[in-house]
Amino acid sequence: MFTRLVPHPILSLTLLLVWLGLVNTFTLGNLLLGALFGLVIPMLTAPYWPNRPTIARPLKIAEYMLVVLWDIVVANVQVAAIILFKREPDIRSQWITVPLELTSAEAITVLAGTITMTPGTVSATLAADGSAILVHCLHTDDPDDVRTEIKTRYERRLLEIFP
Amino acid sequence: MNFFAELLISAALVVSGVFGFVGSFGLIKLKHPLQRLHAPTKATTLGVGGVLIASMIFFFAKTGHVSVHELLITLFLFLTAPITANFIAKAYMSRNLRKGDLPDPPGEYGWSVYDDPPESRSDRP
Repeated sequence: MFTRLVPHPILSLTLLLVWLGLVNTFTLGNLLLGALFGLVIPMLTAPYWPNRPTIARPLKIAEYMLVVLWDIVVANVQVAAIILFKREPDIRSQWITVPLELTSAEAITVLAGTITMTPGTVSATLAADGSAILVHCLHTDDPDDVRTEIKTRYERRLLEIFP
Repeated sequence: MNFFAELLISAALVVSGVFGFVGSFGLIKLKHPLQRLHAPTKATTLGVGGVLIASMIFFFAKTGHVSVHELLITLFLFLTAPITANFIAKAYMSRNLRKGDLPDPPGEYGWSVYDDPPESRSDRP
């Protein structure tokens, strides 16, 4: 009964918080309206997202976000240096295949988004059986290094969050 | 508004301006479409991020309230930017690349742009 009424508790909570953030003033009316959105929207969209993802270590999410934010800053500087100071023929772009241990669709989506948001790498597509992800790398001399970094920094942490 | 807040706001704006410029410059300098895809990811992360941090400090220093609209803009950007980049990459792959141009995936199935999934599994119970 609870699962039927609230198919995605995290989505409901996010919608409530986003609504309160959008109106930017906290009143009882806004709280009730946000709660209504948080109840109705997940119910209407439940057919398109049937399985509820399990999140094992919620505290690890904060750690993951901090790691990704830090990496975005570092990688931004690296890529800016490549764009500004490398001559165009010297930029060696490569395709990199990263085999995946993650199985949950939500976790793979988060990983693909992380790879794209970190400058220098863009996730292009998945293998048809979801066992690997294809990454385009702007400039690297050592593809194995990039693969290891994606696997140890991001995938290992996501495996702990989404078992 | 005190000097320290103004200094922080200016620093954040200068950083965002520099990265926004580098992102646009990359679009001109890089020749290959897939390389160009990398340039705007800079503008959307640190470029926009700097302006948002400056705006948060400005409104906190001016009104004393923390404004959360900037955090929401960050959230929406982080949700939409990777999907756009992924669509552009996929469109490029299906128009201009063949299977042989890409490294093979380690499993027995090819990339999903060219190959069908193993069997059409339904998520419905």
